[in-house]
Amino acid sequence: MDKILEVKGLSQVYGPGCDLCFTSTGPEFETNICPHCGSIVALHDLNFDLYKGEILGIMGESGSGKSTAVKCLYFDQIPYSGSALFFDETEQKRLFELNPAQRRSLRNHRFGMVYQNANLGLNFDISAGGNIAERLLMSQVMNYREIRERARELLARTEVLTERMDELPKNFSGGMQQRVQIAKALATRPPLLFLDEVTTGLDLSVQAKILDLILEIQSELNTAMIVVTHDLGVIRLLAGRTLVMKYGRVIERGLTDQILEDPQHAYTQQLVASAL
Amino acid sequence: MTNKPLLMVENLSKTFFLHEQNKVIPSSSQVNLTVYAGKLTALIGPTGAGKSSVLKSIYRTYLPSSGRLLYESATGGILDLALALEHRILELRREEIGFVTQFLHTLPRQKTLDVVAMPLYRQGVNKQEGRARAAELLAELNIPERLWEVPPATFSGGEKQRVNLARGLIASPRLLLLDEPTASLDAETTDRVVALIQRKKEQGVGMLAIFHHADLVKRMADEVVELSVPVGS
Repeated sequence: MDKILEVKGLSQVYGPGCDLCFTSTGPEFETNICPHCGSIVALHDLNFDLYKGEILGIMGESGSGKSTAVKCLYFDQIPYSGSALFFDETEQKRLFELNPAQRRSLRNHRFGMVYQNANLGLNFDISAGGNIAERLLMSQVMNYREIRERARELLARTEVLTERMDELPKNFSGGMQQRVQIAKALATRPPLLFLDEVTTGLDLSVQAKILDLILEIQSELNTAMIVVTHDLGVIRLLAGRTLVMKYGRVIERGLTDQILEDPQHAYTQQLVASAL
Repeated sequence: MTNKPLLMVENLSKTFFLHEQNKVIPSSSQVNLTVYAGKLTALIGPTGAGKSSVLKSIYRTYLPSSGRLLYESATGGILDLALALEHRILELRREEIGFVTQFLHTLPRQKTLDVVAMPLYRQGVNKQEGRARAAELLAELNIPERLWEVPPATFSGGEKQRVNLARGLIASPRLLLLDEPTASLDAETTDRVVALIQRKKEQGVGMLAIFHHADLVKRMADEVVELSVPVGS
């Protein structure tokens, strides 16, 4: 088993930050707002390893810092402190020390992201096929016919009607938009995929199909994934290991079946007991 | 076949702490047992003695509260399953340790053939071969062929149990944990299951199994460990 990502001490603070931020926030203070400077400690001291083909779940309620974690790793945000090492085939890359061009290159070629909100992941002013073409162009596929063929293939794979590939994704249903996002994210066959609340707000039947699709992709392409969700069902279905977060901290981690059947922390016990 | 133990459980105890009620629930207490390759150790005792908790602790679905779970792995010497890294446990689950739980949990919408073949897929066996081997095992366990392409959600208790058993046996793990593998089966089907378990034993699979019927213990067990209900529960 090979490691693909190693995250150490990842922290994120919104606001000026002060020396007391980390020692006066967190689960034991029941807040992530620093009482001294008013900054929000969105994430503090996140550590984990991810292996090739593995799905790691990050679970927690709104404001627990779970989305912040993947946004930092996908370069949507610059973290306050910490390090992340990406094992890219034979090379190792320190994510937060890369220059903007290197970061863009990783985002375009090696990472994929699917957001809860499709308009963050898709350009609504160009067609579904165009969205995928855009990503392929950025990774140097230049031949028009090849691009169109590949876009068609990807949309078919994610069960988007290929007759609709020239339509604008803003006219699509929520489930269909997520499929286009997944197709776009997969266009470059990235070894690492971030999924941020991808099924939240969708109909149950649509959720089920999207989750099936994600599992199929994982077994076909051996893609490593970080799945951020507040939904225990999603965690149970997808993740082998799970981190539970609250007030920006990991309060419990373990094998997913252990987290769900023998939760240790009071908060996790409460979450599991509240599941429908 | 060597007489070296595959698994040695030493003084295993498991308690649960319920934060909301500030309550300690004892489950298994001071359990000692050994499992050998090619042998079956039966775990018996009344309801509430913590038999399932022992299996779940070995599989790390539960975190043991104290004790050692020494397992001799195929690749890397002896390790304590209570302390092994999560990735190592996942690897052992994929390659060496199987668990047939009391109730079948599957991915919804997954067809029975794929449910059974899943442990093989995880080891890199292709779909065609996996399904062929699953079909063989399902036939042996008397699951009608018309059910193979259907998800097991609507199956009877006994059918589900056999699907669960087939999934546990298909990859011939080195250590197999069985939680009442014949609980809801009729006599004839039980005989088939017993025959299959015997064959796996002969192939060298070490087993730890919970049984409720003395008759089954007599037919299959090489060693018997009896648990009693822990004090304070």
